[in-house]
Amino acid sequence: MIELKNVTRRFGQTVAVDHIDLTVETGEVCVLVGSSGCGKSTTLRMINRLLPASSGEILVDGEDVTGMDLQRLRLNMGYAIQGTGLFPHWSVARNIALVPRLLKWPKERIDARVTELLQMLEMDPASFADKYPQQLSGGQAQRVGVARALAADPNILLMDEPFGALDAITRENLQLEMLRLQRQLKKTTVFVTHDIDEALRLATRIAVMDQGRIVQHDTPENILRRPASDFVENLVGKQDRGLKLMALRPVRDLMTPHDKPRPAEPGADGLKEDDSLRLALSVMLWQDLRQVAVFDHQGNETGVLLRERLIEGGV
Amino acid sequence: MRIWRTPVLWLAVLLALTLGMDGLEPLFRLIQPDTQSVIYQRETFLFLLGNHVLLVLISATIGTFAAVAGGIFATRPSGRDFLPLVSQIASIGQTFPPVAVLALAVPVLGFGEGPTLVALVLYGLLPVLRNTLAGLDGIDPAVTEAARGMGMSARQVLFQVEIPLAGRVILAGIRTSVTINIATAAIGSTIGARTLGDPVIAGLVNGNTAYVLQGALLIGLLALMTDSLFEALEKLWARRLAPTVSPA
Ligand SMILES: Nc1ncnc2c1ncn2[C@@H]1O[C@H](COP(=O)(O)OP(=O)(O)OP(=O)(O)O)[C@@H](O)[C@H]1O
Ligand SMILES: [Mg+2]
Repeated sequence: MIELKNVTRRFGQTVAVDHIDLTVETGEVCVLVGSSGCGKSTTLRMINRLLPASSGEILVDGEDVTGMDLQRLRLNMGYAIQGTGLFPHWSVARNIALVPRLLKWPKERIDARVTELLQMLEMDPASFADKYPQQLSGGQAQRVGVARALAADPNILLMDEPFGALDAITRENLQLEMLRLQRQLKKTTVFVTHDIDEALRLATRIAVMDQGRIVQHDTPENILRRPASDFVENLVGKQDRGLKLMALRPVRDLMTPHDKPRPAEPGADGLKEDDSLRLALSVMLWQDLRQVAVFDHQGNETGVLLRERLIEGGV
Repeated sequence: MRIWRTPVLWLAVLLALTLGMDGLEPLFRLIQPDTQSVIYQRETFLFLLGNHVLLVLISATIGTFAAVAGGIFATRPSGRDFLPLVSQIASIGQTFPPVAVLALAVPVLGFGEGPTLVALVLYGLLPVLRNTLAGLDGIDPAVTEAARGMGMSARQVLFQVEIPLAGRVILAGIRTSVTINIATAAIGSTIGARTLGDPVIAGLVNGNTAYVLQGALLIGLLALMTDSLFEALEKLWARRLAPTVSPA
């Protein structure tokens, strides 16, 4: 658990972070959003003490970070940043192995871990382990950055726009990977972005920041339904809030289940239970369907989604 | 290994000429037909070469350590306040001609190897200092931020990240410094240091072009050898520590 109590950070006259209170529960993904310069990165850097707080208290699992040994604090916090910060003179494998090496893991364990992480992030260890960062695409480099942050299995992840500066498709893929990983690993995560859709997709709770203050801290659904101020309302997009809410809920919530799953006919088309209602609506509009079949992971048809049901209950 | 071929070649030529200058007597006789002695005899060329190299080596070692240490200090959080001052010194110092540095050293330290050494150290410091600052400054801040954020200690960041990444630029600074100082050391002969500049000075004073040529030839070869040695070192460094293209 991470707690920020009345934390302020000044740079000379500018107040970058202004008396904020924030609690991130264990296993939760807290996403900090807000426009450029509102103090997101500064908040993150205070948690691992890359920057000291000007005043206030930061506790990690109940312990004040200022009293903690700096290396011990940081080795237990994965840190991924927008510029990736990969070491250009080290291979991918060695970059990922950074923290395990600092922790003096035996070599076999490190090698196994690097292979495991590369596989987890869908990069072939045989072809990527010995490459250098300059030889990677932007998306690959960011994956390696995330792998490096995860390497020693830290309890806490701090991620500062780890998927920034990527094209929409790569970005979405990495977000889905991140969701999948988070379901398995349940890390206490503080994630910084200025992309509201990324925030809505990944967050357990979102903290909206404006000029150094936290103006709302709530679940994605509540942020959409009950924005605390005009600022938040504008940030989430006044007009397409309906679609954004639909994007938060899976098809599973509204489908009419069959009594028993049926094996799908070959070539059958439809939705997956995990697809969002927004996607379902889009499919129905595009193909002009009144209902769509829904499949589970094994490919069995488990139910149908009706158009009326979607329109009535989707938001 | 292939990269050492050029420096070794130059070294061989340099040594052959140093030891076998007498063999070229007929050639120098053509240039200087009316003079009795056409090969410089006051000291052996080997002695002069050795003394010359020693002066450069000692000054380069001291200068490099001082400059790298200074550059590192000025880029640490505790030394940041000095950074503007240090970089100013580094750039202003370069505009000073080496002769002036020598001339200023004499009244303070007298004649001989001592003042030459001091001048060489001072003068050699500057390119290394400038490149150390540039090299450390040129590192992507995200890299050092990540290094510290992941839990590396200040020492680990310095030795495992900053020095390897800045190393090539620093090495280039040492190369400039040493090459300049090979020439500057020769000028040291004017204030009584015994170097390969001796035959040049003696030749100029006595109107003996053969002497001038002999000194100049050896100084030139020494500079070429050193330069190619550094080129090889830089390549090696790049290959080991900062590969940019696919490792061949
Ligand atoms: N090292 C620093 N020195 C001086 N001012 C700083 C420093 N770091 C940040 N600031 C200032 O603090 C404020 C908040 O910066 P911060 O980097 O936290 O913003 P951010 O929300 O992460 O923005 P972005 O989305 O652009 O990354 C800005 O006004 C910035 O200029
Ligand atoms: Mg930022």
